[in-house]
Amino acid sequence: MEMALVIDPGKCTACRQCELACSYRHTGEFNPSRSRIVVFDFHTKGRFVPYTCTQCDQAWCQQVCPVGAITNENGVKVVHEDICVGCKVCTIACPFGTVNYDPASGKVIKCDLCGGDPACAAACPTEAIVYTDISVQGFEKMRKWAERVDTAPQAGGDLPPAAH
Amino acid sequence: MSWTGKILRVNLTEGTWADEDLNMDWAMQYLGQRGLGTKYLVEEVDPKTDPLSPENKLIFATGPLTGTGASTSARYSVITKSPLTNCVACSNSGGYFGPEIKYCGYDMIIFEGKSPKPVYFLMIDDHIELVDAEDLWGKSVWEVDEAIKDAHQEPLLHIAAIGHPAEYGALISAVVNDGHRAAGRSGVGTVMGSKNLKALAVHGTRGLKVKDPEAFAQAVEAAKKVLAENAVTGEALPTYGTQVLMNIINEIGALPTRNARDVQFEGANEISGEAMHRPRRSDGRPNLVTNQGCFGCTIACGRVSKLDVTIPCVKPEDKEKYDIASGGVEYENAWALGADTGVDDLEALTYCNYRCNEHALDPISVGATIAAAMELYDIGALTKETTGGIELKFGSAEALCRAVDAICEGTDFGKDLAMGSKRLCEKYGHPELSMTVKGQEFPAYDPRGIQGMGLTYATSNRGACHLRSYTVASEVLGIPEKTDPLATEGKAALVKAFQDATAAVDSTGLCIFTTFAWTLEDIAPQVDAACEGEWTVEKLLEVGERIWNMERKFNLDAGITPEEDTLPKRILKEAAKTGPAKGLVNGLDRMLPEYYELRGWTPEGYPKPETLERFGLA
Repeated sequence: MEMALVIDPGKCTACRQCELACSYRHTGEFNPSRSRIVVFDFHTKGRFVPYTCTQCDQAWCQQVCPVGAITNENGVKVVHEDICVGCKVCTIACPFGTVNYDPASGKVIKCDLCGGDPACAAACPTEAIVYTDISVQGFEKMRKWAERVDTAPQAGGDLPPAAH
Repeated sequence: MSWTGKILRVNLTEGTWADEDLNMDWAMQYLGQRGLGTKYLVEEVDPKTDPLSPENKLIFATGPLTGTGASTSARYSVITKSPLTNCVACSNSGGYFGPEIKYCGYDMIIFEGKSPKPVYFLMIDDHIELVDAEDLWGKSVWEVDEAIKDAHQEPLLHIAAIGHPAEYGALISAVVNDGHRAAGRSGVGTVMGSKNLKALAVHGTRGLKVKDPEAFAQAVEAAKKVLAENAVTGEALPTYGTQVLMNIINEIGALPTRNARDVQFEGANEISGEAMHRPRRSDGRPNLVTNQGCFGCTIACGRVSKLDVTIPCVKPEDKEKYDIASGGVEYENAWALGADTGVDDLEALTYCNYRCNEHALDPISVGATIAAAMELYDIGALTKETTGGIELKFGSAEALCRAVDAICEGTDFGKDLAMGSKRLCEKYGHPELSMTVKGQEFPAYDPRGIQGMGLTYATSNRGACHLRSYTVASEVLGIPEKTDPLATEGKAALVKAFQDATAAVDSTGLCIFTTFAWTLEDIAPQVDAACEGEWTVEKLLEVGERIWNMERKFNLDAGITPEEDTLPKRILKEAAKTGPAKGLVNGLDRMLPEYYELRGWTPEGYPKPETLERFGLA
């Protein structure tokens, strides 16, 4: 079973507990600027979106690293700080911007799923971030839609705006 | 730990600044934020100082838990001497601004003097600058927020600013951060304007450590669980926000309506938290877009609304500008702008709320002052000539919106309103129509229907206020235990207990709304695990009581006499007309003597020498 962080921005309240928890787990300090997960606040739209590494199967960051500092540990792309030389090539290669240089350590930092116990998911008060079996991550969404199947044609007005 | 141990002192007159060590002896006695910031104020500012003179100081103070992983660790306070009340002012705000001060390495910023020209304060870690703000003078909080982020190419800055009204001296000006979170009351924004300080823009990347990481993690985890499992903090507040109260307070007959002529509003349901969820007739969407938490908050009571710009109150040229999601009405705002003015149009209230945020106005004082103006208009003391053509009738959404616009723009009548209800009613010959204590408008609870709130308003150290001792929790919601809202017995002790506990919570960096679920038993272990020293429940209560007496002493030294521990005549003489409190006035005279005695004050309301000595205040 491969586990992953599954993010539902609709549930996010922008409290940034995930950033606090992430920085605390990795640095021993509360410091959102060193968090591997970031909450974006599109406040004039009323939308808040937590964003972090999705652990690409064929990871650009891993492939481009000139010193082999990023390895694949059971699907998790982990930066080995003792090998990383801080060249930042991975930060250029990553299409999503989720590998970042940390001036405090001179290394790059990215989500490592906290070795299988992600602090962000544990800290999230609304289950906007959950840690779950990647192969069934859509299961809950499917169940919600399945539940509507027999009423959907009559209840178009009940569907969320995005469904129209 | 978890203080940073440093404060920044900024001399606006000279354009200089310097680091100082935090006075740790004071931190041990006053904790942080409200307590510690006020300690610095009373030590450094003569109580007789003119609040709008350069001799007044403006303090942005965080608490030791601000910016940590504790739930609701967003809070900071703006502390100064109030130009509205002449009392000590301490206004508390959330959003994301406060923690940034800590992440730059400071517990507190003290602004002194007056800048010779408009400036804004910029701090990105070590980089500190007073930047010319001539171009931003006259601009709104929202414009300033965008302009500063653009100018420095730094979207991670968090900004606290004043609007145009604070610049022209409106006494009901707030400091608004992150677009719609306000250090709202007592004219703290007015003091900022008087110093030619337009904004603070702050971003920091330093981390915060706690004393005992393991104990802190445990205490925080347990406390978060209590919030999540509590009916108020876990369910009612995230769903309806503070607006959950509108129908409840109306039903118990304590919703001041039409400048407190009535205690129940027939339109309450239309402007309630429930109404914010209902699809609108115009576009089929609800007013409410989502709830939002402040930094670190696992309750998330904040309202984010989307205004229906098709309503007639929104001028055609403004429709595009306000066609956005932004801070929606909270209970106090919906009451002041709505029930108190008799306006039952939720969208009009949302428009006025946007305007108050955009121009950093205190919506409680704005709504309550317009309500007083509406009564003046009703009895003929104000006319269309004096209102600049506004037909200022109770219940008119159009009149309400245009009156709010007048304050934002600073028209002649707008400037009358901007002085607050007390000065407005005095100017037009009817001081008795001002629903204020010590010059500050009272909030959304009628003391005839909730007796303890009468004593709360009368004795609050910053003028009428619900956040100094929220006995509504006990008298209406049964937290921590139910008391009869119509009885005066036992309320003196209740008010004192709430005042002391609240002063302590306001000094931690945490939000007072946690206390719907938490007691000091939940808070003390978090403070103790994070901070040097030993922080028990008893110690926190002692700190709270010390703060209360310190604030009282400052006010007395400022010339505020105990005779001002009173309520508007209407609340003491005119009985409630409907609801459970029908026939009742507030029984302040039955509560106040007992309160003074419990406080260790003389029957005249002055702290006894032994009381001051007990708290090291002699």
